Amino acid sequence: MGTLTEEIFSNKLGRTVEQGETVVVEVDRVMSHDTTTPLAIKAFRELAQQNNGRVFDPNRSHIVFDHIIPAATIAAATLQRDIRTFAQEQDITILQEGICHQVMPERGYVLPGDIIVGADSHSCTYGALGAFATGMGSTDIGVAYATGRTWFRVPPTINIRINGTLPFGVYAKDVTFEIVRMIGVDGANYRAIEYTGDLVEQMSVSERFTLCNMAIEMGGKAGLVAPDATTRAWLCGRTERDYPMLASNNPKYERVVEIDASLLQPMIACPPDVNNVTSVEELGHVSIDQVFLGTCTNGRLDDLEIAAHILQGKKIHPQTRMVVIPASREVYLEAMRLGYLETFVQAGASVGTPGCGPCIGRHFGVLAPGERALTTMNRNFTGRMGDPTAEIYLGSPATIAATALTGHITDPRHFIIKNHDRARSTIERNKK
Amino acid sequence: MSLIWMLGDNVNTDVIIPGRYNVTTDRSQLARYCLCEVMPEFAQQVKGGDVVMAGHNFGCGSSREHAPAALQACGIQVVIARSFARIFYRNAVNIGLPVLVCEEAVLASAGGEQVEVDLANGTIRNVTTNQTFQAEPLNPFVARIVAAGGIINYIRQEGTLR
Repeated sequence: MGTLTEEIFSNKLGRTVEQGETVVVEVDRVMSHDTTTPLAIKAFRELAQQNNGRVFDPNRSHIVFDHIIPAATIAAATLQRDIRTFAQEQDITILQEGICHQVMPERGYVLPGDIIVGADSHSCTYGALGAFATGMGSTDIGVAYATGRTWFRVPPTINIRINGTLPFGVYAKDVTFEIVRMIGVDGANYRAIEYTGDLVEQMSVSERFTLCNMAIEMGGKAGLVAPDATTRAWLCGRTERDYPMLASNNPKYERVVEIDASLLQPMIACPPDVNNVTSVEELGHVSIDQVFLGTCTNGRLDDLEIAAHILQGKKIHPQTRMVVIPASREVYLEAMRLGYLETFVQAGASVGTPGCGPCIGRHFGVLAPGERALTTMNRNFTGRMGDPTAEIYLGSPATIAATALTGHITDPRHFIIKNHDRARSTIERNKK
Repeated sequence: MSLIWMLGDNVNTDVIIPGRYNVTTDRSQLARYCLCEVMPEFAQQVKGGDVVMAGHNFGCGSSREHAPAALQACGIQVVIARSFARIFYRNAVNIGLPVLVCEEAVLASAGGEQVEVDLANGTIRNVTTNQTFQAEPLNPFVARIVAAGGIINYIRQEGTLR
């Protein structure tokens, strides 16, 4: 009996767990990346007496290099060298094949019913597969590496019901912006979000990742979609482990929010807060110096496909730069095989190594003072992509691609070939 | 005597310590760039024992622990806000940076006043206006971590996390 979150905690603890309780639980996986691992190691070392100097389980401890990879500075290279030494000592395999939130699910490390903690706020992405996953700071993660445990106050849940069908040119990212606009940047603070409704059921796992990824932009502790046949199909071939198909059962939601996606248009989140949302149509003329397609929000194969179809055989605007970074090596290879990367390069884009790229403003496309970017990122905070006077707008992959062609924020509906609007069908066909 | 540094709503961790300056574990480097985007004078003028006050959702965004660590390295005695983002709050508690939720104290302050904070009792006295406020009590589990001086000390005392 309870929300999906309560069901996951009850399943783990073998008793009925209710929202508001503070519980200590064993975690299934612990994750940190190249920027957050150094402080986690420091916390871990301080608990050497409690753990004999060993991580709780090297096969469930995951270090992903994605934030500044390959290293762009001596400082970054030095931190990464020190992490490699730690990983070797602990028998942990460092994953250097894309963004942590893409690589963890691809590798089958995220399963329905799992409890996962990551030293990155977008760890809530894993909820798309029906796991309870949340971001924490390095000390919490160091403690989890040392003990295999963490503590939680089991959160109340906001149920977001998304019904209707996506209109032409409108994507999961646009729906996500509408949700953040409605809930606000702290409307889900200390709460879990459970996404349900006809449209969520029809969404691919990639689209669910986009939804759940941005739960933290409303302060959410977790964003979850109950596992179904789509989840099973996606996980097929990625894991041998059994997993429980948990679902909410007579849940007491704190709040229910309904959205009719049929009414939506292509949306933009304007700087400097993610709930500063308007439709592309209402925005007016905004010239753009750089577009960026990638990140844990929208760097997957379907995102690249949507953009590639818009850019096919065309050149980007001479006053605009374009950066494309596939979210993982798997995505990169598939996009290469399907010709998308060639489309981007021919169009004049810079295609980068799988990772976070300029999303955290350290390399591969940082912004100069006064410049303006349109990106598929999840955050438009001041200074995030470089100089603090630069401005970051957020949009869907389709809007990014259309904007790359015109040099100003552009409604993708002018450029999408109707047959290619729903890239998902192609993706599912191509899925091995 | 301590000075109040006043910030608004939704101060995110990118603003507290920008991503381009947090590729380090050196606390003096973190202190140097703390809040540089919104209060460039802060890092130079802040004194040990000063207090940061803020509106709603303080510390939203990235999970970077460098954010509370930067404030701590600047000598901030306590952060008092109308509300905190969850990860920042937890990070601050874990590393022993005191955090208090007190709507009234924040609303009654303009910034720049002198303040006295009794962390044990959660009382906040704005010395300039001679008003006293009571912060919200802590979750009992959080209170135990705070009493131990952070989660590392807590686990050392308990022998494990329980």
